[in-house]
Amino acid sequence: MKLKFSFLVAMLLTLFLVLAACGGDDGEDSSSDSGSSDDGQSEEQSGNDGEESSESESGDEASSGDGEDILVYARGGDSESLDFASTTDGESSRVTKQIYESLLDFEKESFEIKPGLAHDWEVSDDGLTYTFHLEEGVTFHDGTKFNAEAVKTNFDRWSGADDTYAFEDEGYAYSMYGTMFGGFDGDEGHVIDSINVVDDHQIEFQLKRPLGFFLQNMAMSYFAITSPAALEEHGAAINENPVGTGPFKFVSWERDNQIELEAFEDYRKDGQPKLDGVVFEVIPDNSSRLIALNSGEVHIMDGLNPDDAAGVEEDDATTLYTRAANNFGYLGFQTEKEPINDATVRQAINHAINREEIAEAMYAGYAQPAVNPVPPNYLGYNDELELYEYDLERAQELLAEAGYEDGFEIDLWTMPVARPYMPDAETVATIIQSDLSEIGVSVNIVREEWAPYLEKTAAGEQEMFMLGWSGTNGDPDYFLSSLLHGDNAGSSNRSFYQNDEVDELLDQAKVATDQEERAELYKQTQEIIYEDSPMIPLVHSEPVLASLSSVQNYVPHPSTSESLAEVELE
Amino acid sequence: MFAYTIRRLLMLIPVLLGMTLIVFSIVHLIPGNPAQVILGETATQEAIQQLEQSMGLNESFFTQYGFYLADLLQGDLGSSLRTKSDISHEILPRIAATFELTFFAMLFAIIIGINAGIISAWKQNSWLDFAAMIFALVGVSMPIFWLALMEQWVFAQELGWLPSSGRQPSTGQIEPITHFYVIDAILHWDFDRLIQVLSHLVLPAVALGTIPMAIIARMTRSSMLEVMKSDYIRTVRAKGSGQFLVIYKHALRNATIPVLTVIGLQTGVLLGGAILTETIFAWPGLGRYVYEAINHRDYPVIQSGILVIAFLFVMINLIVDLLYAFIDPRIKY
Repeated sequence: MKLKFSFLVAMLLTLFLVLAACGGDDGEDSSSDSGSSDDGQSEEQSGNDGEESSESESGDEASSGDGEDILVYARGGDSESLDFASTTDGESSRVTKQIYESLLDFEKESFEIKPGLAHDWEVSDDGLTYTFHLEEGVTFHDGTKFNAEAVKTNFDRWSGADDTYAFEDEGYAYSMYGTMFGGFDGDEGHVIDSINVVDDHQIEFQLKRPLGFFLQNMAMSYFAITSPAALEEHGAAINENPVGTGPFKFVSWERDNQIELEAFEDYRKDGQPKLDGVVFEVIPDNSSRLIALNSGEVHIMDGLNPDDAAGVEEDDATTLYTRAANNFGYLGFQTEKEPINDATVRQAINHAINREEIAEAMYAGYAQPAVNPVPPNYLGYNDELELYEYDLERAQELLAEAGYEDGFEIDLWTMPVARPYMPDAETVATIIQSDLSEIGVSVNIVREEWAPYLEKTAAGEQEMFMLGWSGTNGDPDYFLSSLLHGDNAGSSNRSFYQNDEVDELLDQAKVATDQEERAELYKQTQEIIYEDSPMIPLVHSEPVLASLSSVQNYVPHPSTSESLAEVELE
Repeated sequence: MFAYTIRRLLMLIPVLLGMTLIVFSIVHLIPGNPAQVILGETATQEAIQQLEQSMGLNESFFTQYGFYLADLLQGDLGSSLRTKSDISHEILPRIAATFELTFFAMLFAIIIGINAGIISAWKQNSWLDFAAMIFALVGVSMPIFWLALMEQWVFAQELGWLPSSGRQPSTGQIEPITHFYVIDAILHWDFDRLIQVLSHLVLPAVALGTIPMAIIARMTRSSMLEVMKSDYIRTVRAKGSGQFLVIYKHALRNATIPVLTVIGLQTGVLLGGAILTETIFAWPGLGRYVYEAINHRDYPVIQSGILVIAFLFVMINLIVDLLYAFIDPRIKY
């Protein structure tokens, strides 16, 4: 009797395990035909042929067998909104880049400008009038025509000149527009004076004063063109119903799970997109995402841990990519506080920090030690300047010169969140702490929640602090002016750095329209900053990502938003 | 019993109202301005002010609470600051996702847990008992994220038997009807799909069910041991009933009451607290929804999300209380 019962229990357990395992096996087999858009057919097939057909269809999970090339792109977080202009979220523009197009576009691997919806453009000699010649015969995904009127409608929406589609009551705000164009309609700083529709395919922007990076702005994915008909139809729900002119059309969005796009047949470039569709899938955990790639469930994954990069590179089934640096992490000084108001002290600290070690320890080598507060390859990047040498003797000499031979005590504020330019600020802070103890400076690490951290550092409560900056329009002004112009002290200039010479150079560079002249001005600015050391640039990180080796022509863009129009699956 | 149910449901109202006030206050005490968090380090002062205004954050605490409550009483959960969508519309698929996962996790936990508990009570102090209890101890102290990653690595990457994450294959997703994909697959009469959905459930359900499984096993064991010592069991034995009947027909029913309590509590915990499992398996559930909202200081979502979780928790407790009466007819309400 006893035996019988334990036998029964054992059977019960086995049954459960077998059921579980069965589910798994079959799931593998049948998920291969999941790409088929024709569910009815696949159902019929497996109904007729039974097990055989489902076995013969088994294969690579992510790439579907029925001639449909659908790419699955895995990332860590969901998009906030698919209305690109009302968000600053990179996960949003990564998707809207596929659906929408701007008047201009960036080259594949850099921030150099190329034609977008405008095939040609002219700038008047005074730099105040920009005329764009638009592509003809372009239609939005909803079938309506793209024309100059549509461009004006969009810009009026963001600037507030016409609030029909501004949706303020629904909580819409266009902060990126304000940042890039100096404010909104009616503001003094707002650089756009008027927008004139010349004819259907020609539009003219009149500026109040020249803006050196106006064209860069026009290429940003934040200023792409939405179908006015769709704005009318969907109203404030435009963030969930995007309609643009881009290579892919929006299909569906399940929050925190996936966004599905399909190829737009009438795309203005023949033969593109090469894929039949793209799915952006959210897998929050970096390790799980890599497992999903390795088991063939996704094609591309963003946000690879630098430590996993070597494994991806060795494996024949996967390809490793690095995104060109578009950021830098820095150690900032509140330059109004003693003793770091003294440039000599700041230089001493600069000589005492071992950047190579930080780059190696934190980013597994996928970062370059930073010299300037601008990413390399940017317009006017000063490559004549060299890294402050890691030289403790020199550091001590400088400290003595400033009257601090015995060192001093100082607070170092550490950011609590991971950012691409600073994946683990706490550890970097510890390295800096031990580096500085070598020259007699004792560092107290201060921790603060992220929002108060940003508020308090902007208010100048810190002494030394850690932060970074990421580019959006690929222009040095966005780095140098935001971080070091005296006018921005107390907001984005958390170093409270005030240097009239620097301010003047930056002001000149901002309004100059000759790019070579601008480059020269930025080089000079960097020289002064280099000497003055109001902040210590630590590293430019180069984020790593991975794909299956079946993915062709994928080129990561430094802005993190790249078009997938030319990507193919082998 | 009907009157009792009504009374319990009416008691919900003050409980939930009190909850809203507590949650609302706590949420607003978290340091950090949501506008600042949303815009990040590159935000300008003007942009922050503008966003604060458009999100209604410049109103006083009580005004904000008043607005929230007024909407809530009309059945409106509000809309997310971050995504601007209606929370009621966003939260439904997540409730379904979490329910589905919890159901299968608890199914796993109950089947394995109760049987393991019975075996070790029945064979008390045998090697089977020790094995089962060591198994339970390991289960209860298992770090879930580790177990989850190991499962993914072994069963998805190395063996390729099961999918590693998500609720279904990425391409060609099911047309949701109820958002319970198992039910949806059946409604679509699509058995390939049903098997896919079930295969996606196996790994997360096992990871999530491990701790409750261990707790249930321990509770069943001690409860069974107690019942087995009682007089009526001796009487049943004396009448010559076989061991199997003694345990499953006579002992188990009385031993179930405390186990049921544990099952109810654990189910409640899983509904809101499955953040780790939901994160690692990319399961778009309720726990992750609220967690993301906290990270972004999305006040309305935190409030309404916690409210929904609390509501579910209370409902499950009510159901458990009602089940007592079915199992033990001596209990009357």
